[in-house]
Amino acid sequence: MTSQLDYTLVVGLEIHVQLSTRSKLFCGCAVEFGASANSRVCPVCLGMPGVLPVMNRQAYEDSVLVASALNCKIAPFTKWDRKSYYYPDLPKNFQTTQYDLPLSYDGFIEIPIENAGPKRVRITRAHLEEDAGKNLHSSGPFSQVDLNRTGTPLLEIVTEPDLNAPAEVKALAMELQRIVRYLGVSEADMQKGHMRFEPNINLLIRKEGREYKTPITEVKNLNSFRALERSVAFETQRQLDAFCETGKTMVSGSKTTRGWDDGRQVTVLQREKEEAHDYRYFPEPDLLPVEMDAAWLKRIQSRLCELPLQKQTRFVHAYRLSPYDAGVLSADRATADFFEKTVGHGAEPKRVCNLLTQVGLKLANERDCGLVELGLTSRAVADLVLMVTRGEVSASGGNTLLEHMVTSGKRPEVLADELQLLQKSDSAELEIIVDKILQEQDKAVAEVRARGKKAKKAQGFLLGQVMQRTGGQANPQVVSELLAKKLS
Amino acid sequence: MPKELLNLGCKQLVDQISAGQTSSLSATEAVFTAIKARNGEIGAFLALFEAEALAQAQSVDERVAAGNAVGPLAGVPIAVKDNMCMTVGPTTCGSKILEHFHAPYDATVIEKLRAADAVIIGKTNLDEFAMGSSTENSGLKETVNPWDSTRVPGGSSGGSAAAVAGRLCYAALGSDTGGSIRQPASFCGVVGLKPTYGAVSRFGLVAYGSSLDQIGPMTRCVPDSALMMNVIAGHDPKDSTSVDETLAPTIDFLAGLDDPVEGLTIGIVPDLTAGAQPEVRDAVTAAIDLYQSLGAKVVEVALPHAEYAIATYYVIATAEASSNLARYDGVHYGHRTADPKDYTEVYSKSRAEGFGQEVKRRIMLGTYVLSSGYYDAYYLKALKVRNLIRADFDRAFEQCQCIVMPVAPSTAFKRREKTADPLQMYLADVYTISANLAGIPGLSIPCGRGSGQLPIGLQLLGPSFSEATLLRIARMYEHNTDWRMEPPGL
Amino acid sequence: MEQKITESQVEKVAQLSRLALTPAEITEFTGQLESILEYVAKLNELETDHVEPLAHCLPITNCLREDEIRESMGAEKTLANAPQRDGPFFRVPKILDDHSGP
Ligand SMILES: [Mg+2]
Ligand SMILES: [Zn+2]
Repeated sequence: MTSQLDYTLVVGLEIHVQLSTRSKLFCGCAVEFGASANSRVCPVCLGMPGVLPVMNRQAYEDSVLVASALNCKIAPFTKWDRKSYYYPDLPKNFQTTQYDLPLSYDGFIEIPIENAGPKRVRITRAHLEEDAGKNLHSSGPFSQVDLNRTGTPLLEIVTEPDLNAPAEVKALAMELQRIVRYLGVSEADMQKGHMRFEPNINLLIRKEGREYKTPITEVKNLNSFRALERSVAFETQRQLDAFCETGKTMVSGSKTTRGWDDGRQVTVLQREKEEAHDYRYFPEPDLLPVEMDAAWLKRIQSRLCELPLQKQTRFVHAYRLSPYDAGVLSADRATADFFEKTVGHGAEPKRVCNLLTQVGLKLANERDCGLVELGLTSRAVADLVLMVTRGEVSASGGNTLLEHMVTSGKRPEVLADELQLLQKSDSAELEIIVDKILQEQDKAVAEVRARGKKAKKAQGFLLGQVMQRTGGQANPQVVSELLAKKLS
Repeated sequence: MPKELLNLGCKQLVDQISAGQTSSLSATEAVFTAIKARNGEIGAFLALFEAEALAQAQSVDERVAAGNAVGPLAGVPIAVKDNMCMTVGPTTCGSKILEHFHAPYDATVIEKLRAADAVIIGKTNLDEFAMGSSTENSGLKETVNPWDSTRVPGGSSGGSAAAVAGRLCYAALGSDTGGSIRQPASFCGVVGLKPTYGAVSRFGLVAYGSSLDQIGPMTRCVPDSALMMNVIAGHDPKDSTSVDETLAPTIDFLAGLDDPVEGLTIGIVPDLTAGAQPEVRDAVTAAIDLYQSLGAKVVEVALPHAEYAIATYYVIATAEASSNLARYDGVHYGHRTADPKDYTEVYSKSRAEGFGQEVKRRIMLGTYVLSSGYYDAYYLKALKVRNLIRADFDRAFEQCQCIVMPVAPSTAFKRREKTADPLQMYLADVYTISANLAGIPGLSIPCGRGSGQLPIGLQLLGPSFSEATLLRIARMYEHNTDWRMEPPGL
Repeated sequence: MEQKITESQVEKVAQLSRLALTPAEITEFTGQLESILEYVAKLNELETDHVEPLAHCLPITNCLREDEIRESMGAEKTLANAPQRDGPFFRVPKILDDHSGP
């Protein structure tokens, strides 16, 4: 019965992105994934008595850079606040974060939507804060605490509730991943927990001419795109069912927190502490405010670059690529740059694209590296493409050559020769062979000349014969043209 | 001889040690002999580092003998309030919750003392986490006033004040959040300086009220205070709130110390002083008269919001404290309750067992004023009044170089006299608290004796970063008086 | 600001403060906090609508450090003061309601 309801899904997203600074936000401990437990800790990030924080400039500038890319206003004056809650992975029992004066606010992000133009989602704010450590739960009656992650810089980005489908939520998350990678401020590696999502979800239900809002749920700490998309989808259905069953609507304080059970693919209600929302924010007395002036902002924003979606759109128009191909090429900045450099050497964009996406990225994947780490130069790839364009090698020969270029590091023309992949395009030379075949195959020649049902097949047969005779090295296009001329 | 040796000022001692006229070892041994004789009664120390101190003294003597350069505090036995982290001994803050806590690092002031070749002899008692005005809130020990053991030494730096007054060290470090250096200095008859907020690094000072806390020297005379400032003041990259050269250029606080301030104008606040005990009032009036006789001009200045300082302070300091002390939870260090039924009980029981009543009371008050629904009414309001208090001083200092007033309304009070009523105890901080709220420096110097020969303190307040001038003004007074006698029974 | 603080409020504050107080302490603190807050209410005499809050006294901003790595303490030193440890970890009673991360 729920399916009959007319409803709109309303989602706002909170995203925590770990910035890839060398040291932590307030101390000199290395930010390092996978170090042995409690080895990247000092008195400051351990929150020992008497310690004081000093802000990492890089973390602040990276935050401003991302905020600028998200079209946010950058606050000329920003400060930090303490947010109090007790938890074993939070050694000071307060988190240093930003409350009423975040470093940026009022921006937007454009996200690609399948079969439609990009969608604009408003950004409420983006601010810089510290991460907590990790609690580990073994099977015994105890939990273990590792504080290596404590104090790692996090950029928290909060969107307005502008997302209306699980796929949109996922698209935003992925777009943001591309952006922070483009800007070089985060590895954004999901496996390492570099991005964590918290969607706020509810429904706007229209029933019998009236509108109802279901209570908001916040799903905590999702760390994969899949879990994010699925939890939103799950919540949509769960809230629909709950509305039909109970009719409960949103009232102040009705927001609940849920967790995602990946094994069962469901969200589960988390126990709410009575004082859960009394964080007692107040200005962090141990840190000074930061004032941003125009010159500094300009210096930071000089690191801005064309963003992935802009690049993708430009690739579609400038190089006549499909949106899909353009998306693949612009997924990371280095690949996109490599593509453009190759095209810049005069190679045909579509052919470069095919070669890179069908062969290059496949090889990179197999080697678990980036396309640009395959050891190819844009010059060599361009030369290869030009050989294909000139008909010196076939398209499939080009694919083979690229693979060998990666393994051997040799130039394409050298490999083409070694592997005998050069095509014969000299029409005078080919004409002799064509004439020979035409003499030998009079049956097929007759069929072509008769222009009957069998003509097309016969012409294909003749082409095949020529190719066979030349050991596959004839340029099929030249041969086709010769055949057409002789049999017309 | 040992007694004469113990009565030397730091500067004199350094000069004699450097000249080979006496040795750091004999000064250090004299100090430990005095401690053995008197600390049982006074209770100034929570920890003593005799072996380390003697070794350090010997090393200084050896360097002097070898003709090597030594630091500005070469060989001087110095005590440190036990809320400054040190890798030697525990750092307890006078609290059961940190009774067995060993800091893995040295506070910046400790590093600076070491670099100056001081001999750190021990850690002194304090009100738990520096919360109190009598050192009676220490969770570990009782300290009495060397002038009268039935009386408190003041607080929270009561151990440091008692140690300096009792000749158990040559100088000490204290910390001052609402008067915790100046008031015990006044009660024990020593010189106490609370520097401008940001002048001395707080790195390694266990935080009570972060926006108010400052470390400062407690000494027997003004030149020693200047000498100590030479060592501890200055920018620290580990403390974001420590000011750099542009705001507070490095200066030699001893240079020109004995030169009287020409054309000195002193501000007084008559309505404020009216609330003090007559003998305190008289002593302060006499001091002002002395300044006038030295050519100073006296003007009346107004601090119209001074009467709101205590209320403002107890909101801001406790709010910050409630957050600063949240970390003592029995998880990563410090006392942990036995057999908690779950992890939240690790917190609530460890803290209930480890903290004393005054600390709990302030955490409760601070939590309340920050909690949802009360923030604006209390905390935000207090921050606004703080601005008014600061503006009062800005205006006053347009008319004068320093403001003179009592340090405390009375001389040292009897032990247990005020413990029953916390508010009454708070109200006694009326003269000292404003300086912390405004961030300005304040100096306490002995200015007389009340009944029972108890010391009375004179407070000098100056604009931010005017310590050098304040010390000179204090020195003018000190030159012409002799209140620096030793307590009876020594 | 005018209404009196109640014992149940004090209990809530104790819970927020993670202090397991006895009923006697709750009663005692209620009285003491009441008189302190009554005193603090004095601040209401002042009109402060147009006064800026002063969070700290220093006329300085922008204290930022360069992104440089300093040596960490290592697990042994980190855990040296730990009341309970489990190998290289701090140990606490089982956390059942995990919502870690900020
Ligand atoms: Mg956050
Ligand atoms: Zn660290």
